[in-house]
Amino acid sequence: MEIPYTSSARADTGLYNAKLGVWLFLASEVMLFGALFSSYVLLRVGAASWPHGYDLLNIPLATVNTVVLITSSVTMVMSWASLMMKNFSRFRMYMGATILLAFVFLVIKYIEYTGKFSHDIFPSTNTFYAIYFTITGLHGLHVIGGIIVNAYFWSRGSRMWKTDPQRFTNRIEIAGLYWHFVDLVWIFLFPVLYLL
Amino acid sequence: MEATSIEAVKKSVRTYILVFVALMVLTVVTVAVSSLHLSVGAAITVALIIATFKATLVAGYFMHLLSERKLIYSTLILTGIFFLVLMFLPISHMLDGLG
Repeated sequence: MEIPYTSSARADTGLYNAKLGVWLFLASEVMLFGALFSSYVLLRVGAASWPHGYDLLNIPLATVNTVVLITSSVTMVMSWASLMMKNFSRFRMYMGATILLAFVFLVIKYIEYTGKFSHDIFPSTNTFYAIYFTITGLHGLHVIGGIIVNAYFWSRGSRMWKTDPQRFTNRIEIAGLYWHFVDLVWIFLFPVLYLL
Repeated sequence: MEATSIEAVKKSVRTYILVFVALMVLTVVTVAVSSLHLSVGAAITVALIIATFKATLVAGYFMHLLSERKLIYSTLILTGIFFLVLMFLPISHMLDGLG
């Protein structure tokens, strides 16, 4: 049986089905991260004292990571735009750059984490580090998830470009929606955890 | 404007590059403001205003929310309401403490 509305839009929603599906998934993601942000506020206002993130965390590394993730968002949207312009080799280049930048983000995060661990700082050290490791850890898992999906579309999954280019372009668009969401979460995490 | 034709996509690409530059500038501004070590209230306000502006750029242009279908807007409005409830929980706890 063929899955309906993978390429063309449904008349009633005006959307292809997967796009609505990904937006509903992102709505649930907003609630997931929202619950953790809410916990952060609750912990912070309930604490007798709360450290400044900039005294405990590595601002230069986190700033570089912000630049890396924003750049990866641009390369992601450019990979979709390349497909819209029927340029498959450029798509591969931009998608490859997106995956590479995601790895750079993880390597920097690894350096940050191991820097803390080597100083005997763990999630159990105090409430600040507990929420820091929880939220950034969950965000890191999202980055890994994005790498897996994007790597599939960069490699084996890209065969669809030959058989059903419109559907493949749609897939890249919604993979992009997820990836931009991961960037968007970091845009809030960076100032909230590191700079305040 | 829905980017469907090749010409329209080419135009969008120029916009993406401008948005990228804006996001970079705003990242620098965020870090610069934090180095001023403002009072907690002022620092939170400024940081959240800049972050919200950056998020609007990403959602509006990269996620194409400026030209999306009504059903997605409805979904996001509903999500926004629930998100606000989540954010209100710690505030109500604070107010309880004051009372």
